Amino acid sequence: MLSKRVIVCLDVRDGKTTKGIKFKGNVDIGDPVDMARIYYEAGCDELVFYDITASHEKRGIMIDVVRRVAETIFIPFSVGGGISSVEDMRDVLLAGAEKISVNSAAVKNPKIITEGAEAFGNQCVVLGMDVKKVEKSEKIPSGYEIVINGGRTYMGIDALWWAQEGERLGAGEICLNSIDADGTKEGYELELTALISENVNIPVIASGGGGIPQHLADVLKEGKADAALIASMVHYGTYTIPEIKEHLKSQGVPVRDQLQ
Amino acid sequence: MIGIVDHRMGNLLSVFNAFEYMGADVELCADPRDLDDADKIVLPGVGAFPDCMKNLKELGFQEVLNRLVLEEKRPVLGICLGMQVMAEWGEEFGEHEGLGWIPGRVVRIKPEDPGLKVPHVGWNNIRYSPDSPLLKGLPQSPDFYFVHSFHMECTDPGHVDAWCDYGGKVTAAVRRGNIFATQFHPEKSQDFGLKIIENFLSWH
Repeated sequence: MLSKRVIVCLDVRDGKTTKGIKFKGNVDIGDPVDMARIYYEAGCDELVFYDITASHEKRGIMIDVVRRVAETIFIPFSVGGGISSVEDMRDVLLAGAEKISVNSAAVKNPKIITEGAEAFGNQCVVLGMDVKKVEKSEKIPSGYEIVINGGRTYMGIDALWWAQEGERLGAGEICLNSIDADGTKEGYELELTALISENVNIPVIASGGGGIPQHLADVLKEGKADAALIASMVHYGTYTIPEIKEHLKSQGVPVRDQLQ
Repeated sequence: MIGIVDHRMGNLLSVFNAFEYMGADVELCADPRDLDDADKIVLPGVGAFPDCMKNLKELGFQEVLNRLVLEEKRPVLGICLGMQVMAEWGEEFGEHEGLGWIPGRVVRIKPEDPGLKVPHVGWNNIRYSPDSPLLKGLPQSPDFYFVHSFHMECTDPGHVDAWCDYGGKVTAAVRRGNIFATQFHPEKSQDFGLKIIENFLSWH
């Protein structure tokens, strides 16, 4: 049976994790490679590194992080943030990432999905989507609209249409982030996630809103997501990966078994 | 030396890193002649069946691999598409001839449950034959990372070393003598995957 994946997201700026991440025991860890290793050993199924480095000159630091992760961590991981060309994709993939994710760059230039899929294979290209709930209209029939700039700019694109278009253009997975739910810790956007998941034939990773293990169970069952992205609920030591997986198992969600 | 066939089919760094991590003296072989020095061979691959066969032929790998694997019986490990091209035939983008090392065809996965997506992406547990040298030492039903839309249907069920359930039986690993292959990615499957690499390295 295919397991549902628990994916941990790490924000990285200039090669360091952005917040003073506190694990149980109050240890501050700023090195994304060390943090990745802790989650890896705890049994997370996949990792996402989101690069929020502002200056272009410092982007090489991220490549070095990717290289160091790939040398010792043997689960899939993807890199997103600031990828706007096939060359950017190539740099990250050749450093050892399994996948890259494109978000606003794909909205502005959808061809990049196809170019990436043709150059590296569909499985390498994750389409990141930031979505906000709006009034249903002729232009936005699903009632969910694509936004960029952290939700400040509405793009006039229907989220369901864009998900299907992204699949047609060659994306291998969708990472679906609800801007409304993001940061609330009140649960994932179940209606949106189910809508997208039921209408594409590629895996959907639910993102935004995870606060307690039951939220993951809800989005993986009711929301029909294939994977759930988590960040703060593990970064601040509120929950551990084994605790989350134990809960999912108790709710009948198939998860990957713990290590040997 | 462990030689990884570099037939320009996808990124080989993660395969390279995993073998190096397990202590192997490993080299990427972009020239078929480099494989002559390899005690064992790894045939990875990501992409489409016909492209892979075309590259193996045009870069001169097919002839060399046939000699080393079939005549000299050097151990080989196929991974993902590298496993699929070991079959006689593939159905991806039309009918294409494979290396023909394992009798069988590579066909699209058709899960009985229409809710199951193709490609099959993620961690799936497998079952395996207890005498498999590649999978020895693993728990009964370990999880591995899969990314694929096609799988191998073996003519001789005795060649199937492992399988998984994804709306039906999907071939997860095959073996015929010195020829080993996995549909999943051991290099992305944490400790269980590394164990498979260790088993392949120590097999003789």
